[in-house]
Amino acid sequence: MSQKISWFGKTSLGIGFFFLYAPIVILMIYSFNASKLVTVWGGFSTHWYGELFRDEAVMSALGLSLKVALLSSVMAVALGTIAGMVLARFGRFRGKSLFAGMITAPMVMPEVITGLSMLLLFVQMQQWFGFPEERGVLTIWVGHVTLCMAYVTVVIRSRLVEMDRSVEEAAMDLGARPMKVFFVITLPLIAPALASGFLLAFTLSLDDLVITAFLSGPGSTTLPQLIFSRVRLGLNPEINALATITVLVVGTLVIVANRVMARAEKKRRLLAA
Amino acid sequence: MKRFFPSGQTLLTAIPYGWLLLFFLVPFLFVLQISFSEVEIASPPYRPLVEFADNLINISLNIGNFTFIAEDSLYADAYLSSLKVAITTTVLCLLLGYPMAYAIARAEESRRNTLLMLVMLPFWTSFLVRVYAWMGLLNNEGLINQLLLNFGFIQEPLQLMHTAFSVQIVMVYTYLPFMILPLYANLVKLDGRLLEAASDLGCKPWEAFLKVTLPLSKNGIIAGSMLVFIPAVGEFVIPELVGTPEALMIGKVLWMEFFDNNNWPMAAAVTTIMLALLVLPIVFLHRREERMLAQAAARH
Repeated sequence: MSQKISWFGKTSLGIGFFFLYAPIVILMIYSFNASKLVTVWGGFSTHWYGELFRDEAVMSALGLSLKVALLSSVMAVALGTIAGMVLARFGRFRGKSLFAGMITAPMVMPEVITGLSMLLLFVQMQQWFGFPEERGVLTIWVGHVTLCMAYVTVVIRSRLVEMDRSVEEAAMDLGARPMKVFFVITLPLIAPALASGFLLAFTLSLDDLVITAFLSGPGSTTLPQLIFSRVRLGLNPEINALATITVLVVGTLVIVANRVMARAEKKRRLLAA
Repeated sequence: MKRFFPSGQTLLTAIPYGWLLLFFLVPFLFVLQISFSEVEIASPPYRPLVEFADNLINISLNIGNFTFIAEDSLYADAYLSSLKVAITTTVLCLLLGYPMAYAIARAEESRRNTLLMLVMLPFWTSFLVRVYAWMGLLNNEGLINQLLLNFGFIQEPLQLMHTAFSVQIVMVYTYLPFMILPLYANLVKLDGRLLEAASDLGCKPWEAFLKVTLPLSKNGIIAGSMLVFIPAVGEFVIPELVGTPEALMIGKVLWMEFFDNNNWPMAAAVTTIMLALLVLPIVFLHRREERMLAQAAARH
């Protein structure tokens, strides 16, 4: 099935990748623009990066976003791993298809719907139980966990489905208890999936705007909310600098993770062969 | 499979199950409830459906929000324009994404991973950043207009921002990876021998494509289209940042009812109708995904 890519394939890949990358590259170039007018070139400068790091609103929003992303992705990986095991290993049970449906739906559901409905739940809970007292980090965290766990579940589940189960079965035949099988055999085997699930959850949480807007309260402004409120007013050279840093950091992380996992996968295949 | 988790299996299932029931499914019931409520100057700004006073339980269902939506053409227009934009986005993503997914699936195995990562990379980097990048390009003083002016194609800058065009191109841009990934996953499994057989039997390459590849990639096309179409219907950020104030999309209407008008019941009614529109595509997508996973599980 492998062969040289045809000229048609090359052209469509060329056009496609140009379309995907040109806007980002141009945005990055203009972040080094000395002029305050983003689109008029006024010479090379790193002025806006300095401004960015001195901008306290940006720094505190970044701090909050990182905190929420870390807390959300840890919980999402925990819940997503259990959910993945339930769907891939527990066989049939009543209500399974509803469960699987609730995993698929948050990934495609327009975020305005998820955000509004979750907010109405919290408001109702507040009236009934007095908890959560106000919207803030806790409510944002619940929203992000719900969204991210769906993605983590899909990653873990597909890994578990593809995985060779003979080792797990051998361990069980030798009398290992299920918990031991899970922690000693299954968990190390799905470690790469856990890592990519974590990375996915972390970046999704870091990037989420719409659900956060519904669930955040006064005094809990995340980075995407801050960017959004500024970008609404028009182009802003500081945002170009911030975007450039985001792209570089996330890009490097993803490329490194991808390389590491590709190598692990290759090694695993060699060992299995 | 019982012996794998003889005890605690139910308990373990209950944790994520309970989480999703409470935080994902149950909230829709509140949306439905509040969509039948009336807006009130209070905190929260709606009248409860059930009131208890003087030994009387008063249940008032207000269908006013729905009749208002039916009567004011603003809402119908917004739903229609959202559906139109979502369908156009899906078709354009398919036309652009299919050849890319196909080329990646037919590439040498060693290069597939890299090519696929190049598709994924924009998806991982911030959604807002990707929309913002286009704001700079489409601006009246933006690069596209500057280039066109410099080469003398136009005398006056074109109005690209805040048009139907800007919404459409940014939608395609941000949703494209969602189309390519499922298509690739499907096309990479295609047995090359089928195409050889078709060619041996005298099929021209394009005939083989139409008669073999295209029908066999039906599942990938459907999955990719749903992954683009469903979220695109409710898109808010793109029409807000690059769209026109006149041609409203329903996601933005919902947002305005909630944040600007503080009319929660109306926002809930708009959401209820949107959910009713989307529930079938979501169930359809889910059924297909489950069937494909079951097939994958059967092979192992």
